Amino acid sequence: MMAIIPLALFGLDVSWDATLRNVILGSVILGMTSGMVGSFAVLRRQSLIGDALAHAALPGICLAFMVTGTRSTEVLLIGGALSGLLGTAVLLVINRWSIISMETALGVVLSVFFGFGILLLTRVQHGGDAAQSGLDRFIFGQAATILPRDVTIMLVVAVIVLGVLAACFKELKVLTFDPLFAASIGVSPPLVGALLSALLVLTIMIGLQTVGVILMVSLLIAPAVAARQWTSSLAGMVLLSGFFGLVAGVSGSVASSLIDRLPTGPMIVIAATVIVALSLLFAPERGVLSTWRSRRTRAEHFRTILAAADHHGVSSR
Amino acid sequence: MTHVIEARDLTVAYHESPVLWDLDIDIVEGRATAIVGPNGAGKSTLLKAILGLVPIAAGTTRVFNASMQQVRQRVAYVPQRGSVDWDFPTDALDVVLMGRYGRLGWFRRPGRSDRDIAQECLDRVGMGSFANRQISQLSGGQQQRVFLARALAQQADLYLMDEPFVGVDAVTERAIVQLLHDVRDSGKTVVAVHHDLESVREYFDDVVLLNVGLIAAGPVAEVFTEDNLRRTYHGPTRPDMDRPGAPARAGSEMVPVEALLR
Amino acid sequence: MSAPTIIMMTGALVGASCGLIGAWLVLRRLALMGDAISHSVLLGIVAVFAVTHSRSPLYMVVGAGAVGLLTVGLVAWVQRTGLVKEDAAIGLVFPFLFALGVFMISRFPTTVHIDVDAVLFGEIAYVPLYRLEFFGLDLGVKAIWTIGTMLAINIVLVLLLYKEWKLSTFDAGFAAAIGFSPVLLHYVLMAAVSATTVVSFDAVGAVLVVAMLIVPAATAQLLTRNLLHLLLLSMGIGASSAVVGYYLARWLDGSVAGAMATSLGIMFLLAFLFSPTQGMLARAQVRARQRRSFLQDLLVAHIGAKPGGVAIDSLPQDFGWARTTTDRALKDALANRRIVESGQGMLSVSQASALEER
Repeated sequence: MMAIIPLALFGLDVSWDATLRNVILGSVILGMTSGMVGSFAVLRRQSLIGDALAHAALPGICLAFMVTGTRSTEVLLIGGALSGLLGTAVLLVINRWSIISMETALGVVLSVFFGFGILLLTRVQHGGDAAQSGLDRFIFGQAATILPRDVTIMLVVAVIVLGVLAACFKELKVLTFDPLFAASIGVSPPLVGALLSALLVLTIMIGLQTVGVILMVSLLIAPAVAARQWTSSLAGMVLLSGFFGLVAGVSGSVASSLIDRLPTGPMIVIAATVIVALSLLFAPERGVLSTWRSRRTRAEHFRTILAAADHHGVSSR
Repeated sequence: MTHVIEARDLTVAYHESPVLWDLDIDIVEGRATAIVGPNGAGKSTLLKAILGLVPIAAGTTRVFNASMQQVRQRVAYVPQRGSVDWDFPTDALDVVLMGRYGRLGWFRRPGRSDRDIAQECLDRVGMGSFANRQISQLSGGQQQRVFLARALAQQADLYLMDEPFVGVDAVTERAIVQLLHDVRDSGKTVVAVHHDLESVREYFDDVVLLNVGLIAAGPVAEVFTEDNLRRTYHGPTRPDMDRPGAPARAGSEMVPVEALLR
Repeated sequence: MSAPTIIMMTGALVGASCGLIGAWLVLRRLALMGDAISHSVLLGIVAVFAVTHSRSPLYMVVGAGAVGLLTVGLVAWVQRTGLVKEDAAIGLVFPFLFALGVFMISRFPTTVHIDVDAVLFGEIAYVPLYRLEFFGLDLGVKAIWTIGTMLAINIVLVLLLYKEWKLSTFDAGFAAAIGFSPVLLHYVLMAAVSATTVVSFDAVGAVLVVAMLIVPAATAQLLTRNLLHLLLLSMGIGASSAVVGYYLARWLDGSVAGAMATSLGIMFLLAFLFSPTQGMLARAQVRARQRRSFLQDLLVAHIGAKPGGVAIDSLPQDFGWARTTTDRALKDALANRRIVESGQGMLSVSQASALEER
């Protein structure tokens, strides 16, 4: 549909073709959504639940294929979403009804579901039909296989997720900040917690094709952590996080298309991590550099005062 | 004399071990009531049971002669400060604004008037100029005042507070007491779990002495006696206190009760 | 030895090795750090291969050990800034290192000639083919030697550091106060985890090593509260998952590694439901029993509190319980002779019961 439009970007020729457009669109949608939803996961200390849920999606994807025989993205993603939600439920049950700690429960769900997924995947592959099934593209992501249709699906899901986020913003905010108080004003922690998990699962579905199961967690965490360093309001953090996610998505996609043999998923993750590193170092007030500098200034100031006191024979006792 | 809170046979258990046992309590409207008892006596749990935040094993609670669901907007809860995430990106005004959420209900955004009310409440607790300060930068006393402001912003008729004076400096404590008295004088009811026996007489009108079971309740002058305190804090037990089937009581601190009543 | 036996033996050694060292991760609530290390060692393997062009296990272990410690160190450093919480720190570091590894593999396919699939999912089916040669002597399957050695090292480590690791897991502050260095102990453990991880790649691949590290110990936690038993059980469960996994893979015609992880999951599920001490079934029974006795106590106490006794009919209202619940508590209390029914439908506490309480 799109003609090939050459684009001079830093003196390099970027072939702006349909594939690249899809990849960039997909990455933008992914980056924004995961940045925003990830903010809440990070603030709730649930960063790694996203990792577990992403891994838990694999068996669902394989089963969806095995049951329906179609490779159409929405069917596979629905399967992934369902098994992701199942993973959430299992997590809660393990955490609530046994002495197993949350960290361990996450590890169990993550590895067992994923292992089961691999078992199913290899079964499908050995079955012959699915050497072309392309199911394994969900593990590492294979942005080049994103079709315009897939982009539409991602967009629809993203709109739903962000819509819910906007509508329930204050409920999510008060729940994350002070769960006891939230319960006392009628914002039920289990209900809103479940809502957030559902949003997380949907967000992960958006990202599976681009960055894959293993790297998805980075996009939920990095933009949010980066954003936190620059702002002190929740709304600001969420929006900035979405922006950082978007930037990471675009830069990763463009970089991978400019340079040969550079897979999109990892590039996006590297971009996001660079953004975080820069934020941690250079953000005003909170940044490492800024804190170090102000600490040094204070120490010097203090030394000056002490020296002056000594000089004037004032006891420092 | 209206009863704002009525609890009958209230029993709460955790893993089948009783935390509150067979309580009959009436809280009078328009007064300041302290809930007092040793650690593990179930004081925080009592507040949570009234609010419907913990499951009740037996008995009932009524607030404003209705179920908590029906009157939620009339009740403000100030939990212990430990449950909060201090690194959360939010400032003092924002925290107080959260007090308006109950009235707004789902999906609606806080508006101009909500913001004005929030600022007013901050002013009332003496934190007006801290509106845009990050909460992590506030001292313990300042944080407590912000949470108080949040409660005020709820414009409730009943205030339930869990250890509002813990970790708070003397100046702030006096300010909070003054505020609580103002609230009470305007006809509202205040119930606070209180940790400091010495100040009960001065700060509160009524007291509930609790140690899993109810030891005594009523006006401070009548009920806050050496005997009752001894029974609450597990001094020599008296036969009529033990009922068949009653659980062991919490806390075996040998508190020099006389010293406290000076 | 037949190929299946070799495969199962290799898997069992991996299971025992990972189960043993992973138990310490689980006890220290560092399960996810184990996950992180196993992902990021891909970078270690890549780096070692790029530099030495060798697949020698020794180099791999060293490279993996280095990257494993790098991961741990980076996470600690990020946390120390005070700006990032622990779980977020982990989720920042390992995907980045993993992405770097994939980046290098894709970008420099000639220099870095590694099959990502093999590293990640293992090739246990091919294990019998690689044999260890020493001056022309066939010493047996290479993997069994390497993994067996790793297991031996882990066992020695645990024997040497048993009390140190035990103490620093339970109370790091106290351990430091009496002269042990919790930090050193921590890094030794992490190095062992990294080494075990990379050695196990041949068999089950990076991603499934996580299952081997965590699930056996988690399952063991549901079965025992004794540390030694936990370690032994963990090893046993890990080892047996190899056998079960192998047959499961045969039956379903799928990857052996995936089957092993699945069988671990099944074992975990069984323990979760049926553990005699902590299983759901056992808990439900205990809870039901306790609740019943508790309700009875409540009933008796309530009756005891009212001087004139209590009318049977008023009971349901007083407690707000369901009719059947009230009836059963009543029945129990009467049967145990804690209350008596006087005439006119009134209940009061029995003499025996009242005396007992004194």
